[in-house]
Amino acid sequence: MEAGIVSYGAYVPRYRITPSEIGRVWGSDGATVGQGLNVERKSVPAPDEDTITISTEALRTALVRGAIDPQQIGAMYVGSESHPYAVKPTATVVAQAVGATPNLTAADFEFACKAGTAAIQTCLGLVGSGMIRYGVAIGTDTSQGAPGDALEYSASAGGAAFVIGRDRVICRVHATRSYTTDTPDFWRREGQRYPSHGGRFTGEPAYFRHVTECARGMMEAVGASPSDYRHVVFHQPNGKFPQRVGKQLGFTEAQMRYGLVTPRIGNTYSAAALLGLANVLDHAGAGERILMVGYGSGAGSDAFDLETTDALVDFDRNHGRAVQWYLDHGVEIPYAVYAKFRGKIHLAEG
Amino acid sequence: MSIARFWRETPRRYNLGGSKCATCGTVSFPPRVVCPTCTHHRQSIGKMAPFQLSGEGEVESFTVVHEAAEGFEMQVPYVLALVRTPEGPVLTGQIVDVEPGEVAIGLPVRATFRKLREEGKAGVIHYGYKFSPRTEDDPAPPRGRTAPVPREAPAPERAKA
Repeated sequence: MEAGIVSYGAYVPRYRITPSEIGRVWGSDGATVGQGLNVERKSVPAPDEDTITISTEALRTALVRGAIDPQQIGAMYVGSESHPYAVKPTATVVAQAVGATPNLTAADFEFACKAGTAAIQTCLGLVGSGMIRYGVAIGTDTSQGAPGDALEYSASAGGAAFVIGRDRVICRVHATRSYTTDTPDFWRREGQRYPSHGGRFTGEPAYFRHVTECARGMMEAVGASPSDYRHVVFHQPNGKFPQRVGKQLGFTEAQMRYGLVTPRIGNTYSAAALLGLANVLDHAGAGERILMVGYGSGAGSDAFDLETTDALVDFDRNHGRAVQWYLDHGVEIPYAVYAKFRGKIHLAEG
Repeated sequence: MSIARFWRETPRRYNLGGSKCATCGTVSFPPRVVCPTCTHHRQSIGKMAPFQLSGEGEVESFTVVHEAAEGFEMQVPYVLALVRTPEGPVLTGQIVDVEPGEVAIGLPVRATFRKLREEGKAGVIHYGYKFSPRTEDDPAPPRGRTAPVPREAPAPERAKA
């Protein structure tokens, strides 16, 4: 497969809230909940940020880093479960905001937390077939858990943009493979404000089954074993699931070191695995093999067998904030401010 | 604001699309049809080319808003500033991702893409530029001129007979 990653960019909003602060409001031992989830804090978008603004910031960074002419972008897909409009594509605003319009195809993707990886696969097909020069795949979310629900301790905001092309590829895509079933572990019905989930059902039959089956299928297809990879990135709805699934599959903590970012910023949903990959690319040298396995409820997994190239060494990674910058920075806010920012307070109609 | 009006202004609000006089080099934002600085204004007619600002700048003056404009109630107190760009124009914009007490005249800032307002719960959402501080340890990239020529190129006025 000729097509690969030619540039990438990340963005995480400035504000953070800790599980202990959330637990304080609901009468729970939030610190213990956070430890159980392996989430130290989660990101919170400002009142003027949403999936469109976060996607735009991530993509602008990617375009500057890769010195990519936005007019050469032939397709743009934004994966999210928190698109600001139910009808009017996020991708249209993002494309206009980066100067990619009007000669491109664009659409929004939704597959719970794996819409971003599905967008990468679509772009690989379009670029690989020669239909377009560059394809943009973005995974962004500003998801919410219902107040007091377990999800509230982890649901956060962030985005990552990947530009797929054939020139100056910094990370090759050797192969990609998916695993999809009808598994109702997590959903949000039309018009509902908050998602619902199947509690413990979200574990074994959903996340663990799909991620392990997809990862094993991928490694079998390319004849690889866990020790062949320098880095591994899993979807990370919390900090605990990816650690456990990595261990089940035979990966070490060293292989997961850079790919696990959720403990510092929370579960960014469609961006979760992609921010992990961006962090790996921020730190990787040339010729390092990466396994990435995304997961989306509903349910499905997308696996990618990746390898960095010599072009990554010369790639302008220092141009723009690295993922580590977002992990290290952030301003903590109390629950009341968080509730105001997230629109959880009902105001007078006026 | 009407949908049509905002839509017409998206090149400047999304991509800082201004204009540049081919005769004297003066950059204008918002874009102009006639150069305000050329001695003979008519010389510039038809020579005003689209020009995109870099998004860099520094605070020339500012105020902290406590009585919010409609739609900004969730953000008080917030900072509204005049931002001097290296290209010349001074832009009015909100400074975000900062505590009001941290803003000072001369603060380096950079354009960021944010939600400006929404027409109620069911209406259209307006997006555009705001500014955020640019600190030394923050490698946020210059926006560069990543966008193509804005579609809002001012149409040359017809010379009156």
